[in-house]
Amino acid sequence: MQITVKLFALMREKAGTDTIPLEVPAQSAVHQATALLVQQYPVLAPYIANTRFSLHMDFVESDTILAAGDELVLIPPVSGGA
Amino acid sequence: MFRVTTEPLSVQQVNDLVKQPTDGAVVTFDGIVRNNFDGRAVRYLAYEAYAAMAEKKMAEIGAEVQHKFAIGAIAMVHRIGTLDIGESSIVIAVAAPHRQAAFEACSYAMDRVKVEVPVWKKEFFADGADHWVNQN
Repeated sequence: MQITVKLFALMREKAGTDTIPLEVPAQSAVHQATALLVQQYPVLAPYIANTRFSLHMDFVESDTILAAGDELVLIPPVSGGA
Repeated sequence: MFRVTTEPLSVQQVNDLVKQPTDGAVVTFDGIVRNNFDGRAVRYLAYEAYAAMAEKKMAEIGAEVQHKFAIGAIAMVHRIGTLDIGESSIVIAVAAPHRQAAFEACSYAMDRVKVEVPVWKKEFFADGADHWVNQN
């Protein structure tokens, strides 16, 4: 099944894009998808351990099961405010 | 109101949004772009957001703060894009019948923003270097 990975900030710059279509096996968990992502984009590997994940605008754990068409957003450590 | 915007922020406007006749206090936090990071001169900043989620998370924090403290309305606006030294990056206004709750709620809300809201800051230094805060 296909999902879409969205990147922000440093990971967006490292990958050179903010949107990556990713083919993953059905019933994949978030961590399985990010493992496949890192195979295609090894440049992202150093950052995954400190990344949180979001589906449908909520934080999810890395064992959350993905559905076809999901938009998996990688949330690096935030630094908003002042 | 919980919003991400590229427009300059108006402290007064956010302040006016929350104030009701029953409130005896409005505490407003005005977050400002500083001219240095650990003493290293900063030329300007860029903020990036996952805007839809950032607005949702700010609204959730607002609801949490209203549940936790005896306050009235709360509003938060975060600016993104390129900001110069001295400009406001975030404004949080909290109205309450009494000042203590407003002070505490405003501080707590800002602490929560720093953890839960998907906004990222990139610093551009006077020496030409740049870096994303907390990401290396």
